[in-house]
Amino acid sequence: MNPAATKAANTVPALAVRNLAIHFGKNKVLKDVTIDIAAKAVTAIIGPSGCGKSTFLRALNRMHELNPDARMDGDIRLFGDNIYARQVEPVVVRRRVGMVFQKSNPFPTMSIAENVTVGLRLNGMKDKKILSERTEESLQMAALWDEVKDRLSAPAISLSGGQQQRLCIARALAVKPEVLLMDEPASALDPLATQKIEDLIIELKKQYTIVIVTHNMQQAARISDFTAFFYLGELVEFDQTSKIFTNPAKKQTEDYVTGRFG
Amino acid sequence: MTASNHNWRQFKNVFMQGLTLTCAVLVVLPLVLVFFHLVKEGFTALNWNFFTKLPKAVGEPGGGMANAIAGTFILLGQAALVGVPIGVLGGVYLSEYGKSKLNWWIRFAADILNGVPSITWGIVVYALMVVPMHGPSALAGGAVLGLMMIPLVMRTTEEVLQLVPAGYREAAFALGIPQWKTIVQIVLRTALKGIVTGVLLAMARVAGETAPLLFTAFGNLGWAHSLKEPIAAMPLQIFNYAISPYDDWHRQAWAGALVLLMLVLAVNITVRFLTRDRFGK
Repeated sequence: MNPAATKAANTVPALAVRNLAIHFGKNKVLKDVTIDIAAKAVTAIIGPSGCGKSTFLRALNRMHELNPDARMDGDIRLFGDNIYARQVEPVVVRRRVGMVFQKSNPFPTMSIAENVTVGLRLNGMKDKKILSERTEESLQMAALWDEVKDRLSAPAISLSGGQQQRLCIARALAVKPEVLLMDEPASALDPLATQKIEDLIIELKKQYTIVIVTHNMQQAARISDFTAFFYLGELVEFDQTSKIFTNPAKKQTEDYVTGRFG
Repeated sequence: MTASNHNWRQFKNVFMQGLTLTCAVLVVLPLVLVFFHLVKEGFTALNWNFFTKLPKAVGEPGGGMANAIAGTFILLGQAALVGVPIGVLGGVYLSEYGKSKLNWWIRFAADILNGVPSITWGIVVYALMVVPMHGPSALAGGAVLGLMMIPLVMRTTEEVLQLVPAGYREAAFALGIPQWKTIVQIVLRTALKGIVTGVLLAMARVAGETAPLLFTAFGNLGWAHSLKEPIAAMPLQIFNYAISPYDDWHRQAWAGALVLLMLVLAVNITVRFLTRDRFGK
């Protein structure tokens, strides 16, 4: 049995989701999802297009609220704290739960260093020493430091696609979140860049809880400890990755991971 | 497909090419003709005096449009003070906040206002400012130009902000940055060039407005010593000179029109320069 799993079973889950349901207008996009995301591990969310995986991910840091028609029911606790409690502001949640998107989006008017520290600066941090230390630290963690250390003030958009995505990861890490959500972070990248991102994720999970949505099943098998299979808005199966891919409990899961549909 | 059919298609091709080329030339032609005519008529009056001296009494040579040129800039400055903040912030509201129903009405109102004849604006400000102040003033002139700028700047700002990809806003929200900071530091910064373009174009547009100034700024043969006094402006001066019976003033009117045209051209060239594609994408 995976030592990480045993450890996870005995500790407070990073994210405890209970009966999560999300509607966009009249559309029920997520139905009654209950799942525990383990801390300091990688949980992959897989499933065919339109199954609700991105919506689920965005509910974890209240990003689905950007859609004015979104309604949410259920409970999500971040290390025990209810992130949907009445007095909790979404911005506070999002500083604890960071997100990296499918299409890299470094801010075009800012340099590489400015992009990394933007989350800190725009939330009030002014100490130059801390900012510069955090820049180096985050870029190291994102495996980008060596490539950019000599041109930190170059515009962020002068980087290649893969570098930009790692910059976005550095930017997300700079605010020191507890959980990092990744929505198909490597789907727009070439295999070499994808490899770098995957290596990065395996390294990062020593310190961070990572939830990654991916439609690339081999990627899920490569890097994740736990896998959740979604279909048509429901959580069909959730277990250790090795079990999902070698001996899934539900037939639907087996059909999907063996490529019979999806 | 026979040979004669091919010739006919070939002919149609060439004919349409020629026709569209002719139309394109016809579009540019008025600008070229106006420009050359203005240069021909007004160039002789463009001298140092023109830019530095006040209008002299009729018949005396050597007067200039210094006060009108300065007045136009003063009026434009005031217009920008009014039009830019309100227009830009209004555009921000339309693009970033706002429920769609209310937005529809706001856009509708702005589009109507953009179509209101400028003389109507003049009369409105006349009633609202000139009458209570018992006389025309530079303030009223600046106000009417500013009011005219607002719906224009608001709509162009909104459109430019909508062009900023949603991904940037999402990235900022995901970092826990509050909405207003996202708008100012990320969205507005990204759209800045477009907003400046919109503002410059709006200013070039109101720089040439004459009718609203007739009732508000009114014109002045000398310097205005405070903003509460009537002030000279180039379109007004050109108008007054053009309808006068004096040759010298006619020539100065041509020169004034030429300078106005150069001003508008300069703004447009600046806009083109600012929005040039630096990375050749």
